[in-house]
Amino acid sequence: MLHLVREVTDDAAIEGFIDQPRKIKLVRDLPDKIFRGVASAGGVTVLLIMLLVGTFLALKAAPALHQAGFKFFTTQAWNPDSKHFGVAAVLVGTILIALVAVVVAVPLSTCTALYITEYAPRRMKTVFIGVIDLMAAIPSIVYGLWGFFFLQAKLASVSAWIAQHFGWIPIFHVSGVNSHTAISSYTLFTSSTLIAGLVVGMMITPVITSIMREVFSQVPMGEREGALGLGATKAGVIRTVVLPFGRGGMIGGTMLGLGRALGETIAVYLIISPVFTIQPHILQSGAISVSSLIALQFAEANSFGLSALMAAGLTLFLMTLVINFAASSVVARSRSGASS
Amino acid sequence: MSTIPQQPTPQSAALGQPTTFLPQSDQEVPAEAQARRTTSGVRIGDTLSLIGAVLAALALATVFSTQVAPIRGSLAFILVTYALFLAIYALLVWLDESASVVVDRIVAVIVQSGAFLLVLTLTSVLFYTVERGHKAVVHANLFTHDMTTTGPLDPLTSGGVGHAIVGTLIQITIALAITIPLGITAALFLTEVPGPFSRFVRTIVEAMTALPSVVAGLFILSSFILVLGFDKSGLAAGLAITVMMLPIMIRAADVVFRLVPGTLKEASLGLGAGQFRTVLNVVLPTARSGLTTAIILATARGIGETSPVLLTAGFTASLNTNPVHGPMVSLPLAVFEFVKSPEPNMVARAFGAAVVLMLLVLVLFVSARILGAQDVAKKSKRRQRNAAIRRRVVGLAGRIRPSSSDPAPEPESTSLSTGSSHA
Repeated sequence: MLHLVREVTDDAAIEGFIDQPRKIKLVRDLPDKIFRGVASAGGVTVLLIMLLVGTFLALKAAPALHQAGFKFFTTQAWNPDSKHFGVAAVLVGTILIALVAVVVAVPLSTCTALYITEYAPRRMKTVFIGVIDLMAAIPSIVYGLWGFFFLQAKLASVSAWIAQHFGWIPIFHVSGVNSHTAISSYTLFTSSTLIAGLVVGMMITPVITSIMREVFSQVPMGEREGALGLGATKAGVIRTVVLPFGRGGMIGGTMLGLGRALGETIAVYLIISPVFTIQPHILQSGAISVSSLIALQFAEANSFGLSALMAAGLTLFLMTLVINFAASSVVARSRSGASS
Repeated sequence: MSTIPQQPTPQSAALGQPTTFLPQSDQEVPAEAQARRTTSGVRIGDTLSLIGAVLAALALATVFSTQVAPIRGSLAFILVTYALFLAIYALLVWLDESASVVVDRIVAVIVQSGAFLLVLTLTSVLFYTVERGHKAVVHANLFTHDMTTTGPLDPLTSGGVGHAIVGTLIQITIALAITIPLGITAALFLTEVPGPFSRFVRTIVEAMTALPSVVAGLFILSSFILVLGFDKSGLAAGLAITVMMLPIMIRAADVVFRLVPGTLKEASLGLGAGQFRTVLNVVLPTARSGLTTAIILATARGIGETSPVLLTAGFTASLNTNPVHGPMVSLPLAVFEFVKSPEPNMVARAFGAAVVLMLLVLVLFVSARILGAQDVAKKSKRRQRNAAIRRRVVGLAGRIRPSSSDPAPEPESTSLSTGSSHA
């Protein structure tokens, strides 16, 4: 049999046949063609919707941006009717609330993720994972109610104490407070950036925790055992193996949480009392964010006012977009890989 | 108690003696002294120092707050107590352990208390909402009535959020009717038709997950309502929720489809099935439980969103089942509007509506967990276990039956058991 084949090929070579790769011709039958057509149509539709949102926002924002020019980013007041408006105060307020949220959420998420991967017994592990997922599914309005009615009252005394004793640190300064002020004037400390930030922090903690947990659980067993074999304590393993391995995921998760915190609307709206000046004192009553500005002003806005709100929304969208892309590239480049 | 290992000498090696010696202690250890050692990491002293530190911190904080500097509020007291506890515990451990052990203990305490704090917060959110809302929830009219004839001062026995429940269900149905087919088709496009174009679509979709939900509402408000001239309605709210949910849905479905093992697809293609057949008979069934979970979790997100609905649905106190005409309120929006009122009864209604909303989310969440747990591997494992149980039961029955009636039908019982294992 083998001989026969050999003979045939020899003959072919003699007749001047040159062996070359065959052309692969892919023939798809009708159902496949229809399927690919439908799927592509779905993809194109989604792309169109998404591009429509983006371009529509940009188009609608254009009149306001054109009117305000570069002053849009330096003006603090928001009076579109008198053509005097800008996002300076609003953006700073948004970033401050998001920063407070991240400062609260990151240690809490790190602890919880470490507890789940390093300390928890097997059964507690599933309980905690369920709790974290449930926390992510609770609607933001419920967090808003909790923050407004429960946390605010509890936190006012702590705010007052910090303002009295650490008021010399600029961000903790509250005007109208000195060491002799009666703390009964709690209204100075309600509706502040700190409270809004804490509530938003509670909302982004599950997001950050689930990414960190995912990353920490991928730490190679060999490296853990190596550290333990060299005499490391559990804390030593965490410090030398787990945290360095998961650093990319931690940064990426934090940035994703930051993106969510920037866009949070209703809880912030419920808690803050809006001010349109740059308010760097996080304990002082009065704060603002872009999304709560939109929720606050859309009802009374005329078409130019809506355009101005669109411009603010576009600014927020671009900011979250940059943060999200940075986050996903950090996560993808880290040693733990693109796990999210 | 020192041990003296005997050095092998050259003479003994030359004499053919063994060159390895067990170390022998110079004292005979009595047998009863060799108690079994516990390998557990927890010692009684650790527990005692932990309890001691807690008690000492509580006592010190009490003294501090009553005698030295008054601390106002329970939260401040807890914070001071915690700081004192850490310091005292570190000191106690440091008394008889090395520095690295002290660090280890403190890190363990901080990590565990952080996780505990998170669960405590969640519990507090849930319980506080239920506690404030239970007065409204116990009245059945909360679920059935609307607010047409109920003023802010009316008691909780009149009025309810029935219209908001209906509105929520209509809006989420509209959103799902668009999101599920479009989202799954688009995700199939991303995984099954790879190429530069689908990579571009994936990038855009990932970018849109960053879209703040209030901006999605703003988009529908200024396009669908202001440019196209539609009313503020349930349809507009459903569309706003769709814009928000679609990227989340596509991303989740994309991840699920990418987890389908390539070998399964290749087996199907190798048997001569086309791409459409493969998707229909292999990819979709394999991904079914994952897809269900993705859909349900996206639904939970969509139901809870307030801001897109706030901008697009309008507010009404009466029941409206027509999604294209007239304002239609949803549960989170109802909570939001009620809570603006200073009347305690309205606030109680707001909390009641929040409890209803949470129950809805909880039901969705639990069903997602149950369905999500049924993945293919677990299913086949369960089938194997069931088969094994059946085999054992049948085998047992086969063994019991012959002993009572027939002495030797052994072959029959084995054939029965193998038959059942194949079934």
